[in-house]
Amino acid sequence: MKRISALLLGGALCLGLLAGCGGGTTTPSTAPSDTGSTESTTPSDTGSANTELTGTVNTDGSTSMESVILALSEAFNEMYPDVVINYSGTGSGSGIENATNGTVDIGLSSRALSDEETAAGAVSHVVALDGVAIVVNTSNSVSDLTVDQIAQIFTGEITNWSELGGEDQEIAVFGREAGSGTRGAFEEIVGVEDACKYTNEYSSTGDVIGNVASNPGAIGYASLSAVDDSVKALSVGGVECSEATVLDGSYAIQRPFVMITKEGAELSEATQAFLDYAMSADAASVIELAGAVSPNA
Amino acid sequence: MKTTQPDTASSAKRFTPKEAMEWIMKIIFLVCGFIAIAFVLLITVYLILSGLPAIREVGLVDFLFGTRWASTNDTDPAFGILPFILTSIYGTAGAILIGVPIGFLMAVFLAKVAPPKVASVIRPVVDLLAGIPSVVYGLVGMMVLLPAIREFFDLPAGDSLLAAIIVLAIMILPSIISVSETALQAVPKEYEEASLALGATELETYFRVSAPAAKSGIAAAVVLGVGRAIGEAMAILMVAGNVANMPSLLRSVKFLTTAIASEMSYAAVGSLQRNALYSIGLVLFLFIMCINVILNVFLKRDKEG
Repeated sequence: MKRISALLLGGALCLGLLAGCGGGTTTPSTAPSDTGSTESTTPSDTGSANTELTGTVNTDGSTSMESVILALSEAFNEMYPDVVINYSGTGSGSGIENATNGTVDIGLSSRALSDEETAAGAVSHVVALDGVAIVVNTSNSVSDLTVDQIAQIFTGEITNWSELGGEDQEIAVFGREAGSGTRGAFEEIVGVEDACKYTNEYSSTGDVIGNVASNPGAIGYASLSAVDDSVKALSVGGVECSEATVLDGSYAIQRPFVMITKEGAELSEATQAFLDYAMSADAASVIELAGAVSPNA
Repeated sequence: MKTTQPDTASSAKRFTPKEAMEWIMKIIFLVCGFIAIAFVLLITVYLILSGLPAIREVGLVDFLFGTRWASTNDTDPAFGILPFILTSIYGTAGAILIGVPIGFLMAVFLAKVAPPKVASVIRPVVDLLAGIPSVVYGLVGMMVLLPAIREFFDLPAGDSLLAAIIVLAIMILPSIISVSETALQAVPKEYEEASLALGATELETYFRVSAPAAKSGIAAAVVLGVGRAIGEAMAILMVAGNVANMPSLLRSVKFLTTAIASEMSYAAVGSLQRNALYSIGLVLFLFIMCINVILNVFLKRDKEG
């Protein structure tokens, strides 16, 4: 009898499992159809004040912009929960191309547009600026380097702080792992792409900051927003690294985060709303939290 | 004909509740057994399928014996994993070289020398060591070991193969201690009593009689340690420095595991870089397969002996 009751119990559990599966598949299947059918931005029948705008915004491009786009879409979805914002990181070049040939709503680029790209009909909207700070240990007496000197340090031509007016101490060059957006930005702006001789590579900004903070001979780079008091941010070519100098363009190691749309193309209501939001002063704090500086604050 | 069929069925007693239950449970156990096998097969097939394209594209010799790894270089990419392979081998060998003598002596102490009360305090501590997450080992190594190595050897940075070896040696201690202790305790008391009766000292008995009698168990402990060391990623990601240099004791190095861990999140789907990371996984998988086979050989011998 015990066995039979155990069997019955097992059967009941299996049924419960199947029931759970059934419930799981039905709920998501309704959600996409809901958003998909109303993509023509007719006011939806859900009633609530925040759900008037529906649709899908496809964004595509720079991998460095991932955190900014995700933060923006999260904040945007709090206001417009029925708008689905998709992001895929394919690189700035393909983001611009996809925006100009109309396969995505918004292309993402972490560099300014070239003349050919503008001629092809790409319109740029700068949503954020990304400053890369050069950080050293707080005990380091060097406080200013030129872009050239930084390039020489990272390519291994300068190996001792004494060559730069500091103490006689070997330089430990810290960077991020291959593929990191910060590494890409730094190497591209300083002009040392794939030529860096790193002592160590770390897999997060926090690791770089932490190791620079504990190593008197270290130099590293990190997104401006991640820099804290435990390390010293160098001025570059005499210009201090701060949000203000990134904003006015005088700080050299920076790049724009650009949203690209096609010239003359009519944007869907959802796309226009998302673009407007990203360019608005409201989004500035969100962009700052994601590690960049907003020019529209 | 029609009457014999139900007759044979009832003669096999298939339909009594007890028999039916047995039969159903057997099927359930069989299915569960197959699930485990299916996962192993699935992972093997998946790794081979996704690991082979990059090897074919790069070339087996260039892939395994190439000394330059520059997966994200746009103009001149290179996919040679010899630095990773050698680093993994050196790192594991170093950890074994440090960890096994300490672990073995500790096991002798726990199994034979220590008074039972002392042993009963130390044993849970060793077990606790086994339960510490690897990220904590890495963190402590980063905070304590790296500055110490930097100061001691006067280096620009302490992240090095040496740091990884020390962390790995500590991480493999618990498995070496507990497996070889079990092996030592399984040595029949008569062997030791005979040795002592013949006038050997206690130490002579432990190292000349008990240890040789437990040698296949101790060998299994070593192989287990190798397996743990070669598969570790998180702790050494934090102390090894992660630059794809050819291994050298005081330079920053990259292991097979950390090469996958640090680049996988950035590699685009379908790119050669991502495929090459799968290929590294395949190489690592083969390494661990070999270690498992060796372990099984030792364990089998242990049972027979």
